[in-house]
Amino acid sequence: MERFMAALAIAVAFAGGASAGEIAPGDVKFEDMKVTASLTGAPGNPEEGAKTLANRGLGNCLACHAVKSLSKEQFHGDVAPSLDGAADRWSVEQLRAIVVDSKQALNPDTMMPGFYSLNVGKNPRKDLVGKTILTAQQVEDVVAYLATLKE
Amino acid sequence: MERLKLLTGTAACVVLTGLAIATAMADPVDDTLEIDGVPMITKAPAPEGHPFEEVLSGWLFREAETRATEAESFANPGMFAVERGAEIWGTVEGTMGKSCASCHNDAAESMKGVGASYPKWDAKSNKPLNVELQIDKCRVENMGAEPYKFDDADQVALTTYIKHQSLGTPVKIDLSQGDMQTWWDKGKEAYYTRTGQLNFACASCHEGAMGKYIRADHLSQGQVNGFPTYRFNTAGMVSLHNRFRGCIRDTRAEMPKAFSDELMALEVYVTWRGTGLSVETPSVRQ
Ligand code: HEC
Ligand code: HEC
Repeated sequence: MERFMAALAIAVAFAGGASAGEIAPGDVKFEDMKVTASLTGAPGNPEEGAKTLANRGLGNCLACHAVKSLSKEQFHGDVAPSLDGAADRWSVEQLRAIVVDSKQALNPDTMMPGFYSLNVGKNPRKDLVGKTILTAQQVEDVVAYLATLKE
Repeated sequence: MERLKLLTGTAACVVLTGLAIATAMADPVDDTLEIDGVPMITKAPAPEGHPFEEVLSGWLFREAETRATEAESFANPGMFAVERGAEIWGTVEGTMGKSCASCHNDAAESMKGVGASYPKWDAKSNKPLNVELQIDKCRVENMGAEPYKFDDADQVALTTYIKHQSLGTPVKIDLSQGDMQTWWDKGKEAYYTRTGQLNFACASCHEGAMGKYIRADHLSQGQVNGFPTYRFNTAGMVSLHNRFRGCIRDTRAEMPKAFSDELMALEVYVTWRGTGLSVETPSVRQ
């Protein structure tokens, strides 16, 4: 119990308020390049996911990936493959794994950041220590949006 | 006034064309640079042990208007910093009643090629010095003046002026002096170390993704041969350690201090990565 409370306190302090029922970043299970369980225990919202994906302060996925259905957003990068058809290539469980920690899911040397991982680079900004780039809810929203990207 | 109008015109063009073609092209341009008719080496065979075959100036990765602005010193706002630097060169400061010119006379002669050979080993302080630190050393030891605060406008202007005396000279640093090689090694390690919450190394962007667009930014090799640089974005000069710190900040990491051992090692290594490129100071960036 004590341990549970301590863990909860840390989770709240670090993730800026991960609510009960969420899987903490360190507890996400990768099996066979998949993360099967929803991080929040509930399905995400694809419309919110599209916003998170485009937002420069959140996913900023368009820094590296282009997405046709978001062509009203300016400046899609070409560092990484286009996300069009991502849902034809990957299952929801695989997409979740890729967004959570692409270094575990795809390739240890990929440039893609781990959006729900504490396995970060050296000297992270002090106010970001122990924090993930996206919250569990934002990851689920992004995954729900990616799941709509069929060609 | 004429010049000012020209400048705002150029800046507006840069913004507009940036929108139109940012995602259309991904390779460095096939173009040659002459500054006021003097040819610059913007592509050079890489030194041995370099990850690329060819080293490329950042100029090749910029939009046409930005490139054109650099090619003409009359249009280049960075030349104001050169003019200011020339004034400082001849101004007496400190308790010893001396200016830079008191010891070094005409910079066009005494400083020719100097900017292309820094950082240099300094036996006394047992570390490499860049131009900024060499200026501070002269101020303290030979002028009785205070060292500059990092990014003091005069520090940037004087550095720009000194580097400008090497315009066109290929960058070549001497790694055989003192412990330069050890600093190069440390710099190389830093270059490939991923930092910050976003977990990027210099190499993630300037080696692995070189030539690609990250959002609207065309990723170059991250060469230092044009520093200090004039940037339209901030309408001012940007020093090299300011740029290093900005790139590190963008990985969401704590920024090392300017002129810290870590950034000096990085400067030694990254300067070597641009061996053979002409000094372009003051270069122009968006
Ligand atoms: C800094 C660059 C970068 C950012 C930012 C980035 N990615 Fe990626 N992503 C990559 C790269 C590079 C790959 C290719 C995989 C590799 O490197 O092996 C990739 C691969 C992927 C794939 C699999 C590619 C495919 O075949 O469809 C998906 C899905 C994906 N990313 C989603 C996202 C999402 C969603 C975001 C934002 C929350 C994001 N990425 C942000 C660089 C990035
Ligand atoms: C997330 C991507 C990213 C990372 C990581 C990064 N940079 Fe940059 N850097 C850029 C962008 C974007 C620019 C502006 C466009 C260009 O010149 O590539 C830039 C520009 C530069 C320039 C100026 C080049 C010129 O021609 O004016 C230098 C020098 C530089 N970076 C060095 C570094 C060093 C050293 C590191 C590591 C400490 C680093 N960068 C890490 C994205 C990055």
